[in-house]
Amino acid sequence: MAVVRRRASFPQAPSFSFAQVEALSQAHEEPAWLRERRRAAWELYQATPMPYMEEEWRRTDYRHIRWDEAQRRLQPNGATLDAVPAKNLEPLTGAVEGGLLVFVDGKVVHKQLAPALKDSGAIFTDLRSAVREHEALVKAHLLTQAVKPADGKFAALHAALWDNGVFVYVPRHTTVELPLHVVSFQSQPGAALSHVLVVLEENAQATMQVEYASAAASQQSAFIGATELIVGAAANLRYVSLQDWNRETFEFSHQRGIVGRDAQLDWVNGVMGSRLTKAFIEVDAVGSGAYARVSGFFFADKDQFFDLDTQQNHNAPLTNTDLLFKGAARDRARTLWQGMIKSLPQMQKIDGYQVCRNLMLSDDARMDSVPGLEIEADDVACSHAATFGTLEEEPIYYLMSRGITRPQAELMIIEGFFDELLNRVPFEQVRQRLMHEIEAKIIG
Amino acid sequence: MTTTLEIRNLQASVEGEEELILRGVDVTIQQGEIHALMGPNGSGKSTLANVLMGNPAYEIKGGQILLDGEDLLEMEPDERSRAGLFLAFQYPVAIPGVTLGNFLRHAINARMKAEDPESKGIAIPKFARMMRQKMTQLHIDHAFAGRYLNEGFSGGEKKRAEVLQMAVLEPRIAVLDETDSGLDIDALRIVADGVNELAGPNMGALVITHYQRMLNYIKPDYVHVLFDGRIVRSGGPELAHELEEKGYEWIREMHAALPTA
Repeated sequence: MAVVRRRASFPQAPSFSFAQVEALSQAHEEPAWLRERRRAAWELYQATPMPYMEEEWRRTDYRHIRWDEAQRRLQPNGATLDAVPAKNLEPLTGAVEGGLLVFVDGKVVHKQLAPALKDSGAIFTDLRSAVREHEALVKAHLLTQAVKPADGKFAALHAALWDNGVFVYVPRHTTVELPLHVVSFQSQPGAALSHVLVVLEENAQATMQVEYASAAASQQSAFIGATELIVGAAANLRYVSLQDWNRETFEFSHQRGIVGRDAQLDWVNGVMGSRLTKAFIEVDAVGSGAYARVSGFFFADKDQFFDLDTQQNHNAPLTNTDLLFKGAARDRARTLWQGMIKSLPQMQKIDGYQVCRNLMLSDDARMDSVPGLEIEADDVACSHAATFGTLEEEPIYYLMSRGITRPQAELMIIEGFFDELLNRVPFEQVRQRLMHEIEAKIIG
Repeated sequence: MTTTLEIRNLQASVEGEEELILRGVDVTIQQGEIHALMGPNGSGKSTLANVLMGNPAYEIKGGQILLDGEDLLEMEPDERSRAGLFLAFQYPVAIPGVTLGNFLRHAINARMKAEDPESKGIAIPKFARMMRQKMTQLHIDHAFAGRYLNEGFSGGEKKRAEVLQMAVLEPRIAVLDETDSGLDIDALRIVADGVNELAGPNMGALVITHYQRMLNYIKPDYVHVLFDGRIVRSGGPELAHELEEKGYEWIREMHAALPTA
């Protein structure tokens, strides 16, 4: 199944410079600890070769990235909230949102907080403001526990050069009732290095959605992102991430959730856009009783390549992780899912599950799934599966026998395939929208 | 006008194969009539049902199927359905992620759109009302409308769901392919009541069954016996009883005695 291709050359490296790192720190008058962390991350980045033939990368060919375009730093072009598509700004629920934070090209263009959120003591702000206003909290959590610069070349680059992002902090015993909504929009081609840091303290609760999108462009873009979800003991986080980059964007992202004792993380990841997405999506169950549900849906068409690496780390006994990814591919698109469940030695009574279901909609599409287990305990329930299917004639015939046309029957079956996953998105409006986006992909 | 389904000298095989399963079937069904089609396993009963609906797994080798003079063989399954034909499947297909309610609403809308491209489809409250009424009539729990189509349905639930679809779509000619098989007596009665309610002036039915049992509840006007791909005997309801008494062996022997064409 693993195909090793001969490659003519190594991938090109971007030509970011340490001067850019320093300029960033200077421009924002960053505290010494942050400058020091950026510098250390830069050194790590410099010392790390471009990933190429490592196990997680050997099926990922990204040599067609043109860094001279993709690494361009974004200059303000006057774009405001008006640049953001209306669909991304629609409220998540009919009720009022807890907060809405909108970035265009890394700059905050809109920030709105429900009074109840302010009163609760919870923090929902951009990462730059958080560095100034909540320095100790940021220092304690940023790129130290969940994603670390040493996680890879692009993690190190991100740690050295992140430009802005989201900071959410919910104190102990605090429930943020209303959903938090973040939109990160890129109006011009270039490099985005944005960050999400969510910290829920003991017994805290929150629900949030982050959407990534960009305007169509003929030049390439790069998204070098990181997401950190730190869920404290007995806390509960529902997190939805939706990516719909333009077709010239290359995403390299590291995303990790840390789930504490008796805590719950319900994480839904939707991948629709980009030319290439290489995402590392990991959960660490670090306290007994931790439960993480990780759901992914993806739909690749034309020349898209989605490459999703998931890892479920059971670092404590009595932990439970449940991963379900479902994807479709049509045209000449490619998808790859590589999953791993790991346990530290003697982590008994763990329950880990991973499955990836693939729906191939054309003969030229290619989908691969590589599940894996590395368990060092014996009293465990861990399993994995990967399935591949195509549109079958029998269900199409059944639907048609009731008067439904063939195109409509095919659409219904494909939507039915995704239904289980879309139902995990806790916002009805968003589910509807995603259904329409899937329809657009099918009809496209 | 009374709708007529005419099956003339129909010959069919499994797609891509030479051997005929149907070797020249002739039946004419009028709206308002109930025809029973009986026959031993392997006689071609289900093939006939599927060929009528247009299952792509079969290939037509000869003959005609006409619905009010229109050639059904020229139509896709969805067009046949919209023309007024219905098939209650012997093995209904499970479709994950598509609820029974949503499916039927699409089916109704497809009809409305075919008649009027501008149609916005059935209003949801109206549709919900109709579904509730028909589900009650067929003793189907209303929660079924929200369940994925045939997924995890018991055998009896699948058969009732087929009859529900028939009730909602109101065909002019319905083919019921062994809708009785595997049903307990209560379920059989409910299914039969449903068919009886619908049959009558507005719907003609071809009830395909292996056993006579179903015909205690659905009174056919005509009974046909299919054997080796042909209708070897037709008659009134008494033929079903005769068949039950004498068994299919009787037909087999009789058929063996006939000169082969």
